[in-house]
Amino acid sequence: MTTITESYVRETPRTARIDWSPYLVGAGIGLLSWIAFAVFGDPLGVTTAYSRIASLFAVPVIGPEAVAQNAYWKSMPLKWDYGVWFLVGIPAGAFISAVMSGTWRLELVPDVWKERFGPSIAKRFVAAFLGGVVIMYGARLAGGCTSGHGISGGLQLAVSSWLFLAVMFATGLGISALMFRKR
Amino acid sequence: MTAMMTILGPLVMGAAFGFLLQRGKVTSCNVIENQFRLRDFTVLKVMGTAIVVGGIGVLLLVDTGNTKYYVKDANMLAVALGAALFGVGMVVYGYCPGTALGAIATGSVHALVGALGMVAGAILYALSFDWLKAHVLNVWTLGKVRLPDVTNIPDIAWFAALAIGAGLFFWWVESSEARQKRG
Repeated sequence: MTTITESYVRETPRTARIDWSPYLVGAGIGLLSWIAFAVFGDPLGVTTAYSRIASLFAVPVIGPEAVAQNAYWKSMPLKWDYGVWFLVGIPAGAFISAVMSGTWRLELVPDVWKERFGPSIAKRFVAAFLGGVVIMYGARLAGGCTSGHGISGGLQLAVSSWLFLAVMFATGLGISALMFRKR
Repeated sequence: MTAMMTILGPLVMGAAFGFLLQRGKVTSCNVIENQFRLRDFTVLKVMGTAIVVGGIGVLLLVDTGNTKYYVKDANMLAVALGAALFGVGMVVYGYCPGTALGAIATGSVHALVGALGMVAGAILYALSFDWLKAHVLNVWTLGKVRLPDVTNIPDIAWFAALAIGAGLFFWWVESSEARQKRG
């Protein structure tokens, strides 16, 4: 009996056994936003704090002088504020959830990618890195990400955030159609 | 706020957010890619519900004087360009910044590689900030405006429309998913 259960656990894809309704999860994030606004006065967001932390990594790359002189980091220096601690909390919560639901898995190449581009780890890593560069540059240029603009800004009916949502989804759909087109 | 609250508060908020993202399956690259391929609507279900539930609550909190709006600047050119890059990056990376941080903690190694790319993206942004400020960030700026401000349609009508629109859309998605399952 145990072996059957164990092999079931091993063979099911990493998402198959989490069965919370996406609507319930969405409502939970909405509720979290109430607390973020009313208690902390700091809407959910990720990339502002992320770029604060990035200045740490920039020191060995462009030198401490250049970081100190940089106009962007002057306006957004590294400080251990609400956003940075919030950022630290995200992986902690995801880790707890993954372990509790038994969905923690090492993933080098995701299935969707493997199906289209093959099992090459190097290829996937290069794409992930480049995608990461582009998404963060875009997020900083737009002033937020899926959390800061998409959810926090969207729920405030901010003009900037709805423009972000519309353009982000439109280009995403276009690129996805190109990337996953049938050969 | 006490010192404890300034660290523990955001940590717990971030952990709750990460936990919900993982339970909502959006820390899976496959789920995100399949949203843009229109094969899995989990991302929209989570975001749509979060925006409607969060938005109505925050509207009430603002109206009762318990919080204020934290709207991002509508620098239309920068937001549009940034969002376009963001959409491309999100499909190539397979994550957005917040879900990536969650995914790393659930065992996704390629998400970690992309997170290094995000650091590089933030550094590139900081290095190009002066040029962007001179040529992009101040083009077509509307300030911190909300949709009700620019349309003269009241908040409550926006949320009614959003709730009904989302409800109908999700009802259609659910019924076509059920049809597909019956095959």
